[in-house]
Amino acid sequence: MNAVLQYAVQGLAAGSFYALAALGLAIIFGVLGVVNFAHGAFYMLGAVTAAVLLDTLALPLWWSLLVVPVLMFGFGVVVERLLVQWLLRLDPLYNFLLTFGLTLVLVELVKQRYGVSGLPYKLPGALSGRVDLAGVVLPRYQLFVFLFSVAICVLVWVVMTRTRVGMIVRASTEKPELARALGINVGRWVTPVFGFGVALAGLAGVLAAPFRAITADMGNNFAIILFAVVVIGGLGSIVGAVVAGFLVGLVEAFGQAYAPTFAQILIFVLMALIILVRPAGLFGRKEATA
Amino acid sequence: MLEVTGLRAWYGEAQALHGVDVRVAEGEVVTLVGRNGAGKTTLVRCLIGLHRQAGGTVSFLGRDVSRLPAHQRARAGMGWVQDDRGIYASLTVEENLLLPPKVSDRAWTLERIYEAFPVLAERRKASGSTLSGGEQQMLAIARALGTGARLLLMDEPSEGLAPVVVARIGAIIREIKATGVGVLLIEQNVKFAATVADRHYLLSQGRIVETLDNADLRRREGELLKHLGI
Repeated sequence: MNAVLQYAVQGLAAGSFYALAALGLAIIFGVLGVVNFAHGAFYMLGAVTAAVLLDTLALPLWWSLLVVPVLMFGFGVVVERLLVQWLLRLDPLYNFLLTFGLTLVLVELVKQRYGVSGLPYKLPGALSGRVDLAGVVLPRYQLFVFLFSVAICVLVWVVMTRTRVGMIVRASTEKPELARALGINVGRWVTPVFGFGVALAGLAGVLAAPFRAITADMGNNFAIILFAVVVIGGLGSIVGAVVAGFLVGLVEAFGQAYAPTFAQILIFVLMALIILVRPAGLFGRKEATA
Repeated sequence: MLEVTGLRAWYGEAQALHGVDVRVAEGEVVTLVGRNGAGKTTLVRCLIGLHRQAGGTVSFLGRDVSRLPAHQRARAGMGWVQDDRGIYASLTVEENLLLPPKVSDRAWTLERIYEAFPVLAERRKASGSTLSGGEQQMLAIARALGTGARLLLMDEPSEGLAPVVVARIGAIIREIKATGVGVLLIEQNVKFAATVADRHYLLSQGRIVETLDNADLRRREGELLKHLGI
């Protein structure tokens, strides 16, 4: 029982990274119609930035959780203005070429600067060690990651469902043309939405920094699983991205515990099964896949 | 209020509109009649700014809007009631009504809309997709009125609806007209068109071939229906 709970918390912590990053990916896809293959690289940049800030400025994790997403938002805005905006009028093939190419460039730049051996990241004392919850001993940081990312997901959900901005994002996602004909300047939301999605990927990277090896390549495998998450949840579905993120984290953790050789395969088997039963994903609308 | 002159547009490789002239005055209801593929929807999409026009001018309230993007045309006072009603499933009924910005002081308040369309008040918290076809049509019209649009472009509002609902929509269009709003209505239902409109443009192969009044329309109904292939 104890072991099962430990795997569950480990899975939910890993799922937190997927959920946050997939949420950003879903919002970007919804409003821009761009599948951002550079999302894994943005996640990596979030982790690397947190490590560099800790190393050079002794900026603790708490501050990185705030500062890095802001920096990544700014970076996302620059990337959107310089590069991504040109995609909106082009064939989707260019979407892949540009964002995948951007990944290669970012990964190589980080390799040139910081090498391949990985950057250290030390947890703040308050988050290290284990907590004893009624006899169940769990790693404190994993619990923190899970609760923190759930809080962020809830916050995003509230913004999406209770504010005018959220209403506009939902409308632009569902029927962009109609939103324009109803007087909404959809183009004005494109840049901040991209920046916000990049910030979420960066935030996932910061949370992962004490937990994973911080290398230039850390985003590569992450991105592959991230796309499984998005397909399982339903492309463009915000709730789907979050639920599938945690689900995939759990499958990965239990897979690693009970069938380590098949851990990664399991995720893709799950993906294949879900596509067979529900081609649009768990929460995808039929129109969204058209 | 709307003056379209020499409007030309392409649909893929084919020219869809060959120099169309259309005029709608304040408080006037004008229909566009024509068979499928005549270019009716392309014309309306050009007017709202969703389809690229290749030539000609669209003047609205004395201002050339030919080069404005769709959202600025909407803000100038054009309201679009899309052929599939364009109701957002991811928004509630009330959010559908609140989504578009108000563009004039004629905008109907939520209270007024709910008074005129009690069914929308009952379903205000429900998803837009749970409404029946007739209710969705009411919502689409109410949404346009809620912006205070001066001109409504309506694409087949009677399509697929029960006669009693069509009659209700007709009554609403006459009310709208009485408030001085202009309406350009795409309509295949010639009988319905005659009950709401002042004039009728017959569009064929991307050209306005005739302008008819209600008397013409009634007298030539059989011939027109044959032309429309109904």
